[in-house]
Amino acid sequence: MSDPRIAGAGVTHFGKHPERTGRDLFAEAGLEALDAAGIDPEDAEALYYGNFMGELAEHQGHQGPLMAEAIGLDVPATRVEAACASAGAAIREAVKTLRNGEAEVVVVGGAERMTNIGTAAATDALAIAADDLYEVRAGMTFPGAYALMARSYFDQYGGSREDLAHIAVKNHEHALVNDHAQIQKEITVEDAMEAPTIADPLGLYDSCPITDGAAAAVLTTESYAEEHDLDAPVAITGTGQGGDNLALQDRPHLAQTPAADKAAEEAYDDAGVSPDDVDFAEVHDCFTIAEVLAIESLGFYERGEGVAAARNGETTRDGDLPINLSGGLKAKGHPVGATGVAQLATVAWVLDGTHPRADAVPDGTVGVAHNAGGTVASTTVHVMEVQE
Amino acid sequence: MTESARDGEYDEWLDSIESGEGYYLECSNGHGWLPPRRVCPRCHDQDLARVDLPESGEIASHTTISVPTPQFEDDAPYVTAITDFGPVSVTGLVRGEDPDDVAINDVVGIEVGERVTTGDRAVVFRPR
Repeated sequence: MSDPRIAGAGVTHFGKHPERTGRDLFAEAGLEALDAAGIDPEDAEALYYGNFMGELAEHQGHQGPLMAEAIGLDVPATRVEAACASAGAAIREAVKTLRNGEAEVVVVGGAERMTNIGTAAATDALAIAADDLYEVRAGMTFPGAYALMARSYFDQYGGSREDLAHIAVKNHEHALVNDHAQIQKEITVEDAMEAPTIADPLGLYDSCPITDGAAAAVLTTESYAEEHDLDAPVAITGTGQGGDNLALQDRPHLAQTPAADKAAEEAYDDAGVSPDDVDFAEVHDCFTIAEVLAIESLGFYERGEGVAAARNGETTRDGDLPINLSGGLKAKGHPVGATGVAQLATVAWVLDGTHPRADAVPDGTVGVAHNAGGTVASTTVHVMEVQE
Repeated sequence: MTESARDGEYDEWLDSIESGEGYYLECSNGHGWLPPRRVCPRCHDQDLARVDLPESGEIASHTTISVPTPQFEDDAPYVTAITDFGPVSVTGLVRGEDPDDVAINDVVGIEVGERVTTGDRAVVFRPR
């Protein structure tokens, strides 16, 4: 079974672009990816596209064919929805399609337009990824849900708001050179600690911003890349996906994310690597506590030990295991349906040396992307490796 | 959304809490769930029995939400908590206590109240 190659990727600026339509955002990212891949667009055979809240933000469903058209493709196009893991799940479908021999070239991507409806409506739209009957009607917001997880984590394992502040400081610092990032602003631990509370114990700097943006990538089979002499040194060598009860109340642990454990185990087995082999990772830090839960589920840290990783300098760009060199969702931004492919693009660019933070891992050969939906009821993990 | 249509077993469950006869569904292996459920997602057992919900539970985690959705705009700041009733846990609003005083392991009872903003029914926990 050959491993799909990442032939090219494109990402829009992530930020506040309320006037830009989803189709225009995706067209920019998709055309950039096709151009970077250097393929004949006629060779593309499918589009898998992630989007979460298009009906609510743009009154637009059925976005698959709309987005294929936007990038000039006449291919079967399917929208994949798994909340904030929509694009990660789209990547997984693309990988399976290529591995199964059903196509040689597939475009994968995602887009989300969010700021046009304002913070309150966007918070409301995001909340539908939770259990409507049992969570949303009890006032649950996503910051609220992760606040419940954070408080439970502190209670079970220890850790503090200050530990979480170090994660925000790290990811803001990482994004300073990322021109795609929504927030390019250095902050201090004190800034994070003193920021307004969103849902205690989480404050403004524990939360990712609301973001408009799109990302796309062209994936090909290994043989197509060789036959067409593509410059595509990075392969997706492992894919995994895990699920969990949708509602937090139905889970045995509030401070663990077993869906990510399952996804990571499957992806590592698929790639034939272990957590020790991983040089860096892009993880789904929609909230600072989410980065902690992610790096524990990915096997980089034991339960209860991930919270101090940023404070100890272990996950900063000069640490042993840099996490979120892009700035993460926290600073890069989180256009929900695009995030998984933006993570993939970051990992590919770090591995091929073209990312502005690639100097953090100059000899890196293995990178991981962790994309989580809801309160991690859906998670995808992808392992990417340099093949040359 | 059709406001007049009830949400089946969910609204029946709220009715049961309201009348002081709250219940949950338990499979043969003791896994608890809230309705509607036809199968235990943990062990696939379809023999789910109605069991009385204990009169009180312990708060497993809580948060004071300052930035609400529009449906809770006039409720904010408010406390949302997950309360452990044994085999089943329930999410609800904590009332009757200063938000700063709410703590994990607090013992609370369950009732049905209303959202300030919309008047819709909501699960409410109060200190016991």
